[in-house]
Amino acid sequence: MSIPHLPALRKGAAYESLDKVEVKDHRTGEVLATVSQVNAGILRRDLNRIGEAREALRKFTVDELIAICAKAADYFLNGELPLGDQGHTQTPEQYMETLSRTSGLPHVMVKRNMAKVADSLTNMRTVLNGLTRGLDTKVIDVGYGEQAGCPVSYYPTTNALGLVMPSNSPAVNSLWLPAIALKTPVIIKPGREEPWTPYRLIQSFIAAGAPALAFGFYPTDHEGSGEVMKICGRALIFGDANTVAQYKDNPKFECHGPGFSKILIGEDEIERWPEFLDIIAGSISENGGRSCINASAVVVPKYAAEIADALAQRLGPLAPLASDDPNAKLSGFANPKMAEFIDGAIEQGLKEPGAEDVTAKYRNGPRKAELNGGVYMRPTIVHCNSFQHPLSNREYMCPFASVVQVPQADMLAQIGPSLVVTAITKDPKFKEELLESPLIERLNIGPISTMRISWNQPHEGNMFEFLYKRRSIEVA
Amino acid sequence: MTAQERLDSHLREIIQWHFSPETGSPFWLEWASKNFDPRQEIQTIGDMKKFPHFQDEWLRDLQPEVWVPAAFKGRPFNIFETGGTTGMPKQRIGWEDYKTDYSEFSEKISDEHFPRGGAWLMMGPTGPRRLRLAIEHLANVRGSSCYFIDLDPRFVKKLISNKQFDVARQYMDHVVDQAATILKHRKVSGLFTTPKLLEALAEKVDIFAAGIRGVFCGGTTMLPQYVRFIVEEVLENRVGFYPTYGNTLMGLAASVPLLQEDKYSITYYAPQPRAVLRVVNPTNTDETVEYDTWGRVELTTLTKEFFMPRFLERDEALRRKPRGPYEWDGVAEVRPFGAMENKIVEGVY
Repeated sequence: MSIPHLPALRKGAAYESLDKVEVKDHRTGEVLATVSQVNAGILRRDLNRIGEAREALRKFTVDELIAICAKAADYFLNGELPLGDQGHTQTPEQYMETLSRTSGLPHVMVKRNMAKVADSLTNMRTVLNGLTRGLDTKVIDVGYGEQAGCPVSYYPTTNALGLVMPSNSPAVNSLWLPAIALKTPVIIKPGREEPWTPYRLIQSFIAAGAPALAFGFYPTDHEGSGEVMKICGRALIFGDANTVAQYKDNPKFECHGPGFSKILIGEDEIERWPEFLDIIAGSISENGGRSCINASAVVVPKYAAEIADALAQRLGPLAPLASDDPNAKLSGFANPKMAEFIDGAIEQGLKEPGAEDVTAKYRNGPRKAELNGGVYMRPTIVHCNSFQHPLSNREYMCPFASVVQVPQADMLAQIGPSLVVTAITKDPKFKEELLESPLIERLNIGPISTMRISWNQPHEGNMFEFLYKRRSIEVA
Repeated sequence: MTAQERLDSHLREIIQWHFSPETGSPFWLEWASKNFDPRQEIQTIGDMKKFPHFQDEWLRDLQPEVWVPAAFKGRPFNIFETGGTTGMPKQRIGWEDYKTDYSEFSEKISDEHFPRGGAWLMMGPTGPRRLRLAIEHLANVRGSSCYFIDLDPRFVKKLISNKQFDVARQYMDHVVDQAATILKHRKVSGLFTTPKLLEALAEKVDIFAAGIRGVFCGGTTMLPQYVRFIVEEVLENRVGFYPTYGNTLMGLAASVPLLQEDKYSITYYAPQPRAVLRVVNPTNTDETVEYDTWGRVELTTLTKEFFMPRFLERDEALRRKPRGPYEWDGVAEVRPFGAMENKIVEGVY
């Protein structure tokens, strides 16, 4: 059987480049596909003529596109879809296996990510309702209308949404899905190790009746990624804290970087801490600890050492399992150098006095582990004596969290920007302070996993407000 | 006579010229007095391995007069410089070589793409480079005149090294805008430029509609996918494309017309016997690599004006078999030496 080739999709049309990269099994190095790479000039030329892609989507109403999204969810979850331009197809099982082999995610996590992506497509009406706060979808079709008795008009801010995607977690693709329902073509630069999910999603949309013209799939180099960000009127960016800092003040970009999500326990609930261990451990380790909504710090007014030890007892023994093992909790690294870097960074941090790797004594082995040729990072719980310690507010692509003891009154002054905060408290004053805090993007009050997200509430940026702007209108 | 016999005969003539006191240059006469007499030792191109590699510092550190062959004494010479970024650039002196090279090249481009009498535009590095006079000569031998837009590659390299990408972009726009203005107001049919500038110009101007029928391109790496992009999308298969590999020290290596089986991989052939290119094993430069294998480019220049044995270029390439009309090896997919391992600043030039 020949190896599949994923072409670039230039406004839906397959383009086989003379430059191809290989996507390989992270353990064996076996080549699972070749992917055509385009140069930046191709992107510039296509993006200068992107208007027709938007026109193709404008022919549909938002309601029709919502229905297409629901159908696409079914194709994504259950369909046998085209894979590349050499006549290959891909079943959901093949997608799961291949993605697992290249990304290192065990099957069970790929399945969970698949379900998450499909859910966001199935629930697109709810998602849009949340993003637009109940706006009648006809307002987007016509350009103006009424909302809560007020005249409203919205115009698109861009002809295309640019996406420079990461390779770490397939569920991040759910972020761009509303763009299609909002009549905005997408220009996707896939992550090098993860072309599978965007490609399968595009095929699902096309099978569901969306115009192929609306989809750009452009595997490219650094210069090409720069063009995606520069030429698309709006772009989503994924990167580390430095990348985010570089783009966060530019309204053209919506940045998705480290979440620094946290769990806070109030003084009123701290005596009950053993009851919350399941939620805390799950928040740290679910999805292999790879998400920005994974908790990376636990902030408590008392019992930090005890909580750190209890978490370490639960998470420390977790070891890599075969990728098809339903109990697999850890994800392999497609790029072993990344694991090496993380391990080195944690070790470097531990050299600074004031932190202890509490998991070390329960791990019975090194943090960086190997299984069947794959490289994994086993969980790390670090007890830090304050937020001054360099490891207290760090996020790594693995189950890693600090436990820091801070008086409740000082918590909000010390935690810094946090994508998700789960605050376990019933104290009205603390709740009020939390609600007032500008540092928290999504707030869970009570014992709720940081991993829980709501379809009707955006937790990081609002895609509708990103792609549409309101104007004042008067029609005679 | 075969190409090999012609080359050996030419080599003996050039060696005789540069190492005879009546005609040779001070540098090579002194070199021979300290090393060996090439007139005795060098009979065929294979014997050239007796020479060590030419040191580029000699072209930086020594006064140009040391390279003047006795036979040219008293005749003012042109001083041409290589790219360079900071410090002293390499300099090569010359009189007629560039005219010889470009008159010969004129026979390799078609009248359909570069109509005789039709004006040329050069958008690229002029300044102290041989290329500027060479392009004008090329236009002139075809009965044409040439407009010039300068691009200073040393400034661009500095900007890119300093990560001043915005300024580099502004400078590139400034250069391209000037070219667009010329194309708007003057009838031009032939264009010389670098690949990146061509791409940038095509984003502002419809090259074919502007009257351009042929593009002669050189200066930076042109890998197959990029060549395909230029041919299919920038020039829309409607404008003749002539990629070349060359520099001040060699002259001009023309490419053979692309065939379908080439898959846009361009092969260049040196203007033998005036220059000889070898693709050598970087760790043992006496050894020529196998065909279709990567190696470092070694240049030997053999003219009466300039003798330069075994200069190791900062380029690597694939060694290719002879292909008509050329009876000698070619070099393909030329890129900066070590391009796979290191980031090389090429910029727009």
